[in-house]
Amino acid sequence: MSELLTICEQIVSKAKDGEQIEAVAVYGKETEVRAYEGEIESLTTAESQGVGIRVVKDGRQGFAHAGTFTPEDLIETLNEARDNLVFATPDEFCGVAEPDGIKPVDLDVYNDELVGVSTEEKVAIALELERRTREGDSRIIGVESADYSDSISESAVMTSTGISAASRETGCSLTTYSLAEENNETQTGFGYSIGRCLQDLDIEKASTEAVNRATRMLGSVKPPSGRFTVVLDPWVSAQFLGIVGGTLNAESVQKGRSLFAGRLGEEVAEPSINLIDDPTDPAAFTATSTDGEGLATRRNVLIENGRLNQFVHNSYTARKEGTSSTGSAIRGYSSTPGVGVQALAVTPGNVSPEDLISEVTDGVLVQGVSGLHSGVNPVSGDFSTGAEGLRIRNGELAEPVREFTIASTIQKMLSGVTGIGNDLQWLPMRSAGVTLVIGELTVSGA
Amino acid sequence: MDTKQDPNPLLEADLLERSLQKALNGGGEFAEIFVEDRRSMSAVFDDGRVEELTSGRSRGAGIRVVAGETTGFAHTADLTVRGIEAAVESAAAAARSGESTNASVNLGNENQNHTQTKKLPSDIEKTQKVNLLAQANEIARSQEGEIVQVSVGYGDSRRRIQVANTDGLFASDDQVRTSFSVSCVAAGDTGLQTGRESVGHTVGFELFDQVDVEEIARKASQRAITKLGAVPAPSGEMTVVVGPGGGGVLFHEACGHGLEADLVGKSASVFAGRKGEMVANPMVTLIDDGTMSGEWGCYAIDDEGHPAQRNVLIEEGKLTDYMWDYLRARKEGRSSSGNGRRQSYQHLPMVRMTNTYLEAGSSSPEEIISSTDYGVYVAQLGGGQVNTATGDFVFGMTEAYLIEDGELTTPIRDGNLIGNGPQALLDIDAIANDFAMGSPGTCGKDGQGVPVGDGTPTLRVTRLTVGGTAA
Repeated sequence: MSELLTICEQIVSKAKDGEQIEAVAVYGKETEVRAYEGEIESLTTAESQGVGIRVVKDGRQGFAHAGTFTPEDLIETLNEARDNLVFATPDEFCGVAEPDGIKPVDLDVYNDELVGVSTEEKVAIALELERRTREGDSRIIGVESADYSDSISESAVMTSTGISAASRETGCSLTTYSLAEENNETQTGFGYSIGRCLQDLDIEKASTEAVNRATRMLGSVKPPSGRFTVVLDPWVSAQFLGIVGGTLNAESVQKGRSLFAGRLGEEVAEPSINLIDDPTDPAAFTATSTDGEGLATRRNVLIENGRLNQFVHNSYTARKEGTSSTGSAIRGYSSTPGVGVQALAVTPGNVSPEDLISEVTDGVLVQGVSGLHSGVNPVSGDFSTGAEGLRIRNGELAEPVREFTIASTIQKMLSGVTGIGNDLQWLPMRSAGVTLVIGELTVSGA
Repeated sequence: MDTKQDPNPLLEADLLERSLQKALNGGGEFAEIFVEDRRSMSAVFDDGRVEELTSGRSRGAGIRVVAGETTGFAHTADLTVRGIEAAVESAAAAARSGESTNASVNLGNENQNHTQTKKLPSDIEKTQKVNLLAQANEIARSQEGEIVQVSVGYGDSRRRIQVANTDGLFASDDQVRTSFSVSCVAAGDTGLQTGRESVGHTVGFELFDQVDVEEIARKASQRAITKLGAVPAPSGEMTVVVGPGGGGVLFHEACGHGLEADLVGKSASVFAGRKGEMVANPMVTLIDDGTMSGEWGCYAIDDEGHPAQRNVLIEEGKLTDYMWDYLRARKEGRSSSGNGRRQSYQHLPMVRMTNTYLEAGSSSPEEIISSTDYGVYVAQLGGGQVNTATGDFVFGMTEAYLIEDGELTTPIRDGNLIGNGPQALLDIDAIANDFAMGSPGTCGKDGQGVPVGDGTPTLRVTRLTVGGTAA
């Protein structure tokens, strides 16, 4: 048994009659190297850990968490969780998950090689990333940050109802932010690469992307206001899909906070749209075989041919609805299980991004958005974000544009998709990106 | 009564001294140990019931060692001698110059500080906290109109920190924060709308002697109900008037981040090299003040052990100074401005804002609105984001109205506004005399969140781009 499961068992075994206990424990080792102007600016080596304890009794739940594993802390945390439940309002659907007989898939998300990599090697990668970004173009005047980071993490969930799940994974990434300057104008661009081990990382791709994204913005102007065809690049569409995913969780629906409440079976998107949440896909950076409650994850088809097919559930929302969990409990150790998508993607089309752009007579390619947290209301569906990118004229990429917003509603955007690229890519978030063409969005500029 | 909070140091001086000396053995020039012990408590009332109470505890130490341009950093949750020594070893290994030194470190007495609290939240019965939630829920639901969902949150935290470094600094702080928020959903013919109101102060449970949770609930539900009648926001450049309190977010994004010395030092700010220049309309005086007692972003010492300060960033339109953390200030041979902050012991400190505010002007808010022919009035802002290198920034509006012929008319739906920081500062043409602090915020930078406050009087910007969908 993993050490984390042993810790969980020490807690869960203390369950009294009529009491359910769920313990979650995590442990991680991280390294982060930041390079700047040919030197190592900082090197962080860290171990982190945490435990969360949920106690349910008579329909009331209490929760407590701690960042240490000493026996005294575990006891104090359990006692706090027990004390906290007293103040909750009883709810018949409250409870930890029950085993559902579904076997977790075998997922290969742990790569031993990463464990043996020396610090020197990691430092060399960061320095190389910074150097290649800096030297990528004569207009690059600096690199704001160039980071290598990795993590080796383990987690375990155990319940007094018989669930016991442990998993471990490795991950590493490169991120670099470049500064380009010409005629007293500065622009920024970022590039990244992610993987499970060093072999997966592509310094060339990350640095080239950072250089291109910054240099192609030089000479940018503010576009005119109006309605345009907008092409979202994968980085942007992944963020948009992440917001859509947030509206498809059963908790928001049951609590009346989703614009899709009551719309199961209805057409909510353009008929070519298939939206699938599949954490069992090993290609997803967020792939996981078990969810935050220890149940097996599975492939959930949320939108099928434009129709709303299902919401994602954890065990609480499922009990309330009279259905079963879709293995979609998401959480850290410091919170009770929420519910949400874990690896969301639109089924890619068969057209290349270049061909999609060549079809656009007058439009904008958006390569970056800002203020997703401040200008998007996932309850009302209002969508408005800051944006930067390139104009598209007669099927060709034209001048760079910035300091404008794109706006619509989530509902209209899903119904207004007129093209899906074949360039699906998994990103360091809970959704994948693919080039998406939206027939009409409001651009606010000059 | 001012409770003298636990005077015991987190770690003993002799352990800190020995560890700091060891940290320099590999040739480091500077070393620091940051110790943190944080307890938090939160309670959520949602969907008509007390959903759950959560207690949290985390403690540990972050150790950094500097050699040349390199900082080695390690952190540990193990505060025993063994745990600290292992972390010191890791941090020192990352920052070795090769030259061994036998520096001796003498810390002297710990400079102890603490938030002035009258009622430590941990001394308050949980029932009392839960009752506040139920009370706010009831009021929010009793407002006229179609409130269909209410969520109420209570949170308190106590963060004890201790900092010691090889320059002999040895200080501690005991920071207590308490917050309360209400979020409502209203349903109508136009779909769903949301309204939120929150308060947060660096005080204890006496927060509720000063603020009325029923008033917070009324504001949140009223906001959601009003927005049921909202029309799509306009699209394009226009005059924007920002109401008292909320406008701090605008300054936080338009220039606050750009005045952080770490970004300036890397030429990643449009304000780099502009100290002493006129950067704003002369009516603009902008201050960052970590000493504003009780405000959400205040503290006695920053996370590098330096006292919080009142720093004038822009004085009558002229850029007077940037904000500094210790390491960058040390390199420049100047003193820290008390802006070195970190999310937790697991993070390296960097330059961060505290409470950022615009000084009041002389106009009346009514004058400003009545002299505006057409534009948008933003009553509540919902956060923002900036690219400091280009100066482009956005901020969200979560309660806003059209201004037509000098009067506030129809409410408008949520959206972002976009502008360019240096241009927006020049385009400010009116500042009112109705200064107010805004809602508590969490500022995110490089993956770290810290509590910040902001404030402004009513102000007008002659030109910003409103990102709506109306023609």
